[in-house]
Amino acid sequence: MELIWEGIKQAVWLLLNGDPEVLGITWLSLRVSAVATGVSLLVGIPLGTLIALARFPGRGLVVSLVNTGMGLPPVVVGLFVSIFLWRSGPLGLLELLYTPTAIVIAQFVIAAPIVTGLTLAAVQQIPPRFRLQILALGASRVQLLWVLLREARLPLLAAVMAGFGGVISEVGASMMVGGNIRGQTRVLTTATVLETGKGNFDVAIALSLLLLLITFLVNWALTWIQQRRRV
Amino acid sequence: MSIGGLIAAVLLSLLAAAPAEAQRSPVILATTTSTQDSGLLDVLVPLFETKSGYTVKTIAVGTGQALTLGDRGEADVVLVHAPDLELQFLAKGNLINRRRVMHNDFVLVGPPADPAGVKGKKNAADALRRVAERGAVFLSRGDQSGTHTKEKSLWKAAGIAAKGPWYIESGQGMGATLTIASEKGAYTLADRATHLAFKRRIQLMVLLEGDPALLNIYHVLEVSQARHPRVNAAGGKAFADFMLSAEAQQMIKTFGVEKYGEPLFFVGGG
Repeated sequence: MELIWEGIKQAVWLLLNGDPEVLGITWLSLRVSAVATGVSLLVGIPLGTLIALARFPGRGLVVSLVNTGMGLPPVVVGLFVSIFLWRSGPLGLLELLYTPTAIVIAQFVIAAPIVTGLTLAAVQQIPPRFRLQILALGASRVQLLWVLLREARLPLLAAVMAGFGGVISEVGASMMVGGNIRGQTRVLTTATVLETGKGNFDVAIALSLLLLLITFLVNWALTWIQQRRRV
Repeated sequence: MSIGGLIAAVLLSLLAAAPAEAQRSPVILATTTSTQDSGLLDVLVPLFETKSGYTVKTIAVGTGQALTLGDRGEADVVLVHAPDLELQFLAKGNLINRRRVMHNDFVLVGPPADPAGVKGKKNAADALRRVAERGAVFLSRGDQSGTHTKEKSLWKAAGIAAKGPWYIESGQGMGATLTIASEKGAYTLADRATHLAFKRRIQLMVLLEGDPALLNIYHVLEVSQARHPRVNAAGGKAFADFMLSAEAQQMIKTFGVEKYGEPLFFVGGG
């Protein structure tokens, strides 16, 4: 118990003093996970909508694959992304391993199926009759899509939160493809593992609290967008 | 602003903030967790970076994995502590120019009550045999690290097949393994540096030390450019040379004295 108290004190101290290393780590975590989530939205929302609305052979299999992808273990993603990015791997020439970009790629692979799967569910739960009605009112296909996505706004924002929450909290992939390099690819989760390994449990607790705090703030902002009344 | 516009704006600003990367091509150093967890690299790497203009990407993994990364040409220089294993890799030809950097020693730690009665023994293999015979719990790293390699050679010297309900493997780093051993009241083999760093937090005592078999030697190995054309050989060599420079050796010798009252690593023969 004393240890947790020490950790809280340490966290407050690190925050108040604006410890540059801790702030750098926090900023990197936030930036990497936000970009990864953002790119997953750009891919996942159109893809999820497409799968939700289209009818094609093997659709059931595709939906199952997406749903399985929602539970991809980060270490598995980390391992495969590492192998691809190795100097001897197919993408080795890009020299991306052990850079923040590598973490973004791995986190994208983790978040994209989550966003796709939740978008798919969100769009699919809109009654088909609603779609027909919109089309009957003379809407173009683009207008129809826009209305559907607006209708699915609440679950879509839930998809954003799930995607972001999935990547900011993962440690396995960030550790493997980022390498936990000080000042370059050290993020909050990998720093927590390192400090625990060093026996600096108070610093580890402080970093954990910071991670919880920023996750809360991001979700709070998203929830605010989600729950505000329509104008 | 629409939500889509907001997201796009946030993304663009985040991407714009991405750091400009790589001036001189970075050196990838594959090393063992003990050099990082002890904090030694935190003082040596920045000095090397300022002096040489290279940036270093330090990947702290077990010695086995570090050697494999070098062997495959995924790292440029390797700093490890498993002499027998290093020689095996050296024979394959992908790693070259092995040089001795520093040493310290391993210690056998265990619960203060010492149920196996190893305290006072001088020979590490004898002590381990006793642990096995008494069926006292022994926690192994089990991760092909330098410490694990040393432990396996000691079991071999003791003529004991380390198997059975008394022998458990953590598969984790030294710090985590010490914590688990402390919780379980188990014996384990630890490098002195990590044990010193953890001493205050765990209930494990040094029960045996000073056996020459417990010497823990760190070597630096470069990766052959002839075998792996894309390796940053110049950077790897610069780092290896730096580790053996008078300035780095002086820093290694004095590292930790202030915090722990004794040095964590030694240089020179011995």
